[in-house]
Amino acid sequence: MYDISDIKEKAGDQIDGTSGTSGSDKRTEGPATIRMETKDLTVKYGEVTGVRNISLPVYNQKATALIGPSGCGKSTFLRALNRMHDLTRNAVISGEVLLDGKNIYHPKVNPVVIRRKIGMVFQKPTPFPTMSIFDNVVAGLRLVGIRDKNLLNEVCERALRQAALWDEVKDRLSSAGGSISGGQQQRLSIARALAIDPEVILMDEPTSSLDPLSSSKIEELIHELKEKYAIVIVTHNMQQAARVSDYTAFFYLGELVEFGPTDQLFTNPVHQRTEEYLTGKFG
Amino acid sequence: MQNQHTTGSIAEKPVSIIYRWLGDRIFLTVVVALGLSIILLAGAMAWVLTGESGMALKEFGVIGFLTGTTWDPGVQFRFGALPFIAGTLITSVLALAIAFYPAVAVAIFIAEYAPRWLGYIIENLVHLIAAVPSVVIGIWGIFVFAPWMRDTFYFPLYEWAANHQPSLLPVLGSPIGYGMATAIIILALMIIPFTTALTRDAIRQVPKEQREAARALGATKWEMIRMAVIPYSRGGIMAGAILSFGRAIGETMAVAMLIGNNNNFPFSVMGPAATMPSVIVNEFREAVGNLHLSSLMAIGLVLFVISLIVNLIAAYVTRKLSITGGQSI
Repeated sequence: MYDISDIKEKAGDQIDGTSGTSGSDKRTEGPATIRMETKDLTVKYGEVTGVRNISLPVYNQKATALIGPSGCGKSTFLRALNRMHDLTRNAVISGEVLLDGKNIYHPKVNPVVIRRKIGMVFQKPTPFPTMSIFDNVVAGLRLVGIRDKNLLNEVCERALRQAALWDEVKDRLSSAGGSISGGQQQRLSIARALAIDPEVILMDEPTSSLDPLSSSKIEELIHELKEKYAIVIVTHNMQQAARVSDYTAFFYLGELVEFGPTDQLFTNPVHQRTEEYLTGKFG
Repeated sequence: MQNQHTTGSIAEKPVSIIYRWLGDRIFLTVVVALGLSIILLAGAMAWVLTGESGMALKEFGVIGFLTGTTWDPGVQFRFGALPFIAGTLITSVLALAIAFYPAVAVAIFIAEYAPRWLGYIIENLVHLIAAVPSVVIGIWGIFVFAPWMRDTFYFPLYEWAANHQPSLLPVLGSPIGYGMATAIIILALMIIPFTTALTRDAIRQVPKEQREAARALGATKWEMIRMAVIPYSRGGIMAGAILSFGRAIGETMAVAMLIGNNNNFPFSVMGPAATMPSVIVNEFREAVGNLHLSSLMAIGLVLFVISLIVNLIAAYVTRKLSITGGQSI
């Protein structure tokens, strides 16, 4: 059962037992620290294996790109990171996903709380079409019962500024979330994810339904956001992975072939499969 | 390389272009003719109803007929449709009011909560119940439901009124089990499957992305339904409710068997009443004279127009509230 006090605690910015590494003081200098980590993560849909035995770190304040040909399991892996597979009827997960050292698949962990710490942006922009822009941004806050008008206004502005959308919509916060352009809708979706102040942001091909100009805006945004958050981005576009990410993981046929710093993986891949994919021999 | 050999023979297919052209024309003609015949059919219905009801409408005037409260085929030969219009609207509105929320709840259960096998079973039962002929439900109503209503509802109420509030007795009528309240509840039971099926269809239209977006914000299942599912499907749900209302308006047999068939204005939902379809089905064969017949036809015309309006409203609401129309991308 969902414990509402758990959620409210999060709203008050107290995360149980994560030793103070939350919200405002995420900015740390020096070598990258691990924010999330998977250990032997396997996802099966019934009999079909989506990904097999993936062990991968997600570094704080870094963007990690997941690349690979269609059907390689990169989205499946991403969705395991915030327990989105709980919503799929026949998905079975084994192995561990650690957030700040704690397994999010532990039976006592509430997925609702986890998803507030690990935000997600989808392939298609997903504003709630009947809600206004303002209501969309603060939807996650209202869920936990925050009604304070000043706080909501404050968070709305902060999130929209972070998503580089504030200047474009500040005069029409009350118009419908579906009334703005596709690229703006995607940044609205990002603002909505940022409003609840997550620790990690997962992006599932966030630019694949957008035009080049909107895509480049989202990419710029990713550069800014990784100052503060850990970002995991699935992309079909290798140039995009090279541009935005610090680390890259190459998936093939449900397995992790290679993981390393982006520069290294793109210029000097260790595995032949990686090289073949990067040079366009398949995929 | 092998293909070159075969392309030649495909080009020289034996069926001549004339035949193919002819087939195309014949198909087009048939489809167009059938399509246009629908317009003709609707036009013919309106024409006949208007023509046949002309006598009554001329005698009492359109307004006079619609607002007249006397329906007396025996002595005065006066016919006014208001008792039946009121009876129809009151029964239908109240039936929808009773049916709407349970129907939406069942639809949400089928679409969101039930395991797949259970949802499948319930959904098919809903379709089955929706397909039970009205007259069968009417018989069940006469033999089971109306006596039950009489014993547990009408009679105790009547008894209480007789002992404590005798002034209420005329409003309550006689506690026989047949009356508006019985008809309303039966009508509600009959439109629940219909509303459920339409609501379930509307809920299924909600894209997966919308649900996942809500869950990704940390919404619980119920919060997801409230935040993403119901707002997105509200157009379909409203249209479903309005179409169910239209169905309740036209529902004939079960209502005619249970409503008590009283041609006076229905001042109380406890008492017997009549609706437009029920008065038509009850009096058509025994109509005494042309004016009576014409008046029944005029009631049919009113019913026709009201149904038309209800359907137009449903179409408008669907268009106005549907999300896909307004959303870019």
